Amino acid sequence: MSSFALKAAAGAAALFASVSMTTLAAASDKLTIVTSYPADVTDVYKSAFEQANPGVTVEVVNKSTSSGVKFLKETASNNSADIFWASAPDAFEVLKGDGLLVKYTSSVEGLPEKIGAYPINDPDGFYTGFALSGYGIMWNTRYAQSYDLEPAKQWSDLTKAQYFGHVGISSPSRSGTTHLTIETILQGEGWEKGWEQIKWIGGNSYTITERSFGVPDGVNTGSFGFGVVIDFFGFSSRSSGFPVDFVYPDVTALVPANVGVVTNAPNEDNARKFVDFLLSAKGQELLLDPKIMRLPVNPEAYANAPEGFPNPFVGDTIKASVSFDSDASKAHYNAVNALFDSMITYRHKELAAAVKAIHEAEAAVGEGGSQAAKDLIKEARALVAWTPVDLETANDPAFGAIFTTKRKSEDDKSSGRQAEVEQEWDARIVENYAKAVDLAEKAKSAN
Amino acid sequence: MAALSTVSSRASFGQRISWGPLTAALGILLFLVAFLILPVAMVIYVAFTDPGSGQLTLANFMDFFRSALFRESFYNSFYVAAMSVVLATVFALPLAYITSRFNFRGAVLIQTLGFVPLIMPPFIGAVAMQLLFGANGSVNLLLRDWFGFTLPFMEGLNGVILVQSIHYFPFILINLSASLRNIDRSMEESAQMLGSHGMRLFRRIVLPLAMPGYIAGASLVFVKVFDDLGTPLLLNVNNMLAPQAYLRISSVGISDPMGYVISVILIVCSIFAMWVSISAMRGKDYSTTQKGGGGLSKRDLGALETAGCYLVVLALLAIVLAPHIGLLLLSIGTVWSFSVLPDGFTTEHYAVAVNKAWPFIKNTLLYAGIAALIDVLLGTAIAYLAARTTLIGRKWLDYIAMAALAVPGVVLGIGYLRLFYSVDIPFTGAPLATWWGIIVIALATRRLPYALRSCSAALQQVSPSLEEASENLGAPKLRTVRRIVLPLMAAGLVAGFVTSFATAAVELSATIMLVAQESDAPLAYGLYLFMQSAAGRGPGAALGVITVVIVGLATYFAQHLVEKARREQSASAGSH
Repeated sequence: MSSFALKAAAGAAALFASVSMTTLAAASDKLTIVTSYPADVTDVYKSAFEQANPGVTVEVVNKSTSSGVKFLKETASNNSADIFWASAPDAFEVLKGDGLLVKYTSSVEGLPEKIGAYPINDPDGFYTGFALSGYGIMWNTRYAQSYDLEPAKQWSDLTKAQYFGHVGISSPSRSGTTHLTIETILQGEGWEKGWEQIKWIGGNSYTITERSFGVPDGVNTGSFGFGVVIDFFGFSSRSSGFPVDFVYPDVTALVPANVGVVTNAPNEDNARKFVDFLLSAKGQELLLDPKIMRLPVNPEAYANAPEGFPNPFVGDTIKASVSFDSDASKAHYNAVNALFDSMITYRHKELAAAVKAIHEAEAAVGEGGSQAAKDLIKEARALVAWTPVDLETANDPAFGAIFTTKRKSEDDKSSGRQAEVEQEWDARIVENYAKAVDLAEKAKSAN
Repeated sequence: MAALSTVSSRASFGQRISWGPLTAALGILLFLVAFLILPVAMVIYVAFTDPGSGQLTLANFMDFFRSALFRESFYNSFYVAAMSVVLATVFALPLAYITSRFNFRGAVLIQTLGFVPLIMPPFIGAVAMQLLFGANGSVNLLLRDWFGFTLPFMEGLNGVILVQSIHYFPFILINLSASLRNIDRSMEESAQMLGSHGMRLFRRIVLPLAMPGYIAGASLVFVKVFDDLGTPLLLNVNNMLAPQAYLRISSVGISDPMGYVISVILIVCSIFAMWVSISAMRGKDYSTTQKGGGGLSKRDLGALETAGCYLVVLALLAIVLAPHIGLLLLSIGTVWSFSVLPDGFTTEHYAVAVNKAWPFIKNTLLYAGIAALIDVLLGTAIAYLAARTTLIGRKWLDYIAMAALAVPGVVLGIGYLRLFYSVDIPFTGAPLATWWGIIVIALATRRLPYALRSCSAALQQVSPSLEEASENLGAPKLRTVRRIVLPLMAAGLVAGFVTSFATAAVELSATIMLVAQESDAPLAYGLYLFMQSAAGRGPGAALGVITVVIVGLATYFAQHLVEKARREQSASAGSH
């Protein structure tokens, strides 16, 4: 190990001596990062960090966000990870709740506390935002041209008839970022209207992908033309040469992507250095690498941004009309996942059939159609829009308990089982979609 | 004193004979308990507890059968598995028949390329298939341009059946070919002398004698497709059992026991399917005592017949190698988006991939090699115990080992973490679960069923009377096994090694849970790293091609070596 690193480590050790007794051991030459980020991101940071801290070797352990969380949980008794590094704040909330993260406030100064009304860092100090992500629509320009489709600019555009079968979206239970998108729409449009919009987008979808990256991948290859994605997927695909573009709809929110130090980290000192490095001028600049393309949290980093790269701190390229309320999100987190899967993922075929039938009926009936036909269509639309639980129930902790088997004590009891409840929903949902198809067909012939 | 010692050594000799199989059985059982039953049990016991009260219950299973969605998933899984067997048979039967019946130079092509579909690295197979056959893939873009319609190759269950049968048909091809090679020529000659020819000969003599291989392959395809997760997930088909289990186990925050309930049901169904296939073979004797002539007699082909054979072979190979062709195009293409072919071609992706590939390649060959070796050893032992000994419960070793097929990789991965994380490796103090050896064991456990089916099919064709003859001539059991049984089983052992090795080399679902540091990671994991970003797709595909080539070559050489040894042996046997 070079004398520089030793000195730096010794200095850091002195600095944190009061915080931890492990600091001397922490003057180590390793750093283990558990992350959901692809090699394109981790390679850049690994080499830059190793260069900035000679003698330290960065070990990257790549896992999907959900298996990363599971990995840290299962291995907590004998932890080998120092850093957890991922996008979805929810994952960090889960880890924080299980005591798997330690508090650390970076020594880097001069960064904004909030973006809009949303705090960039965890108010309790367990994790730190290092980049911002907005949600929007990505589309393949060749595809759109070939099918003669206008680029969709708003979520509501994606519900229109001409986009039927041309959209791709992931499921919030699979993809933390999709969860944030769905939650943003629900908060921006309201529970009922939000679900209706989401279901029409789902019904218009060609497929519901199993992982976040499935959506940008599908748009890139042209399997489908339009995708609901997180912004950097759009930007990095474009800068990699794919004929795609990205737009932020008005109803969007900016949410930080995070990093946190793991409890009992074997190299806690290096872990802290890594957090500081991410927030440093150098670390923020690396976010603008063509393969990464994430929005820095440091407003000054935008000075070197390529043309067309949005800056959330000035102007209104990103309207971000929704100020994301993470407490509201947490209250019905599992319910939203279960509802989306029950209504859309698992019944996609049935939903798409209903949506298609209504699109066709509306085209046939048109503006000048009979009132009877219009009423039938309205009824059919109401059946598609039906959501098994209202916001109040979804937020009810007693209701939420069916999604977790974690009981605080032996005496804790929750009523009902998830499978039981979902079966009731499913029966009604399938019936509704089938009825909607019938009504739409009646409307067509009644005209 | 001397007399006494003779007696005692006799006794111990006698004991060794009867205790040998028992010790082997116990050893295997210990392996299965430690690396399969316990880890899985630790995870799936949740299926038997009430989520509300934590008490033991079967209510979750009632929920399963009450749910329309799960019943539909159950039906879909069954339908897809059965149809995949049918389609895989359509691919495999002509190829196996042509190679074993005719002197045909294309046979080398089939033997070389026949197992390649098994080496389909995760993620990119489906990407490549979508690019070629998807709703907006090359074929459909051409169809739309020329004729104004498209064909739904890849939609819903059809897509799953197509991809699965392409991927797994080598199980049938390899096992059926091994069986056909093992049929004694004299059986065929006797039939011919008694006046049987052509299709009748094939139907009445050849097919029944090759049945062990076919059943072994077909049952593997069935169970594998029934339990497979990757393909439906990548095609975004959710209404099947394995994806339902996976989706419910791996969503963040939710802990619905249904995922584990489905895992239990998958395991039970797989054991049931194996039991049916084994029962179908029961009471039938497929062994032949003479092992003189290396397989059926081969006929020369006329020019027209040769052309016909080439046409069939090339057409089938074009279909089954389509994912690899797509993969190759992806790896040398610049941008491939909504077009028939990539916009341009480049070698850049290989430069990026090769840069990172070597440690991955080294790990893969090491892990898959050791795992496949373990599998062939265990597979032979289990097959031998089940078929040739009278131990109580011997068939259960077979069933338990086969159950590994039905255990989702995630479940096994989590189970290993739970069971072995608190155990330290001696001296280093690092958790056992972070040691690369645990990845090897996970791979060996997951791929054991492949080797086992091949080994027991091979053993079924060796007549016990050959062993009796050897023992009558004074050879001890172990020597009989080594000198008589194993050489006669060679073709089956190779088939087992090949399938285990090739599939272990591209395993990801358990590996991804167990990889604790990148330096220990195998190729499939490296691919996963690339395939998460837009810029990584090209290099990912390049790494995929490198994987296929290296695993393919390694498999080919392994096969070649054993074949050579076998030929030398049969040549020396013939000269006596």
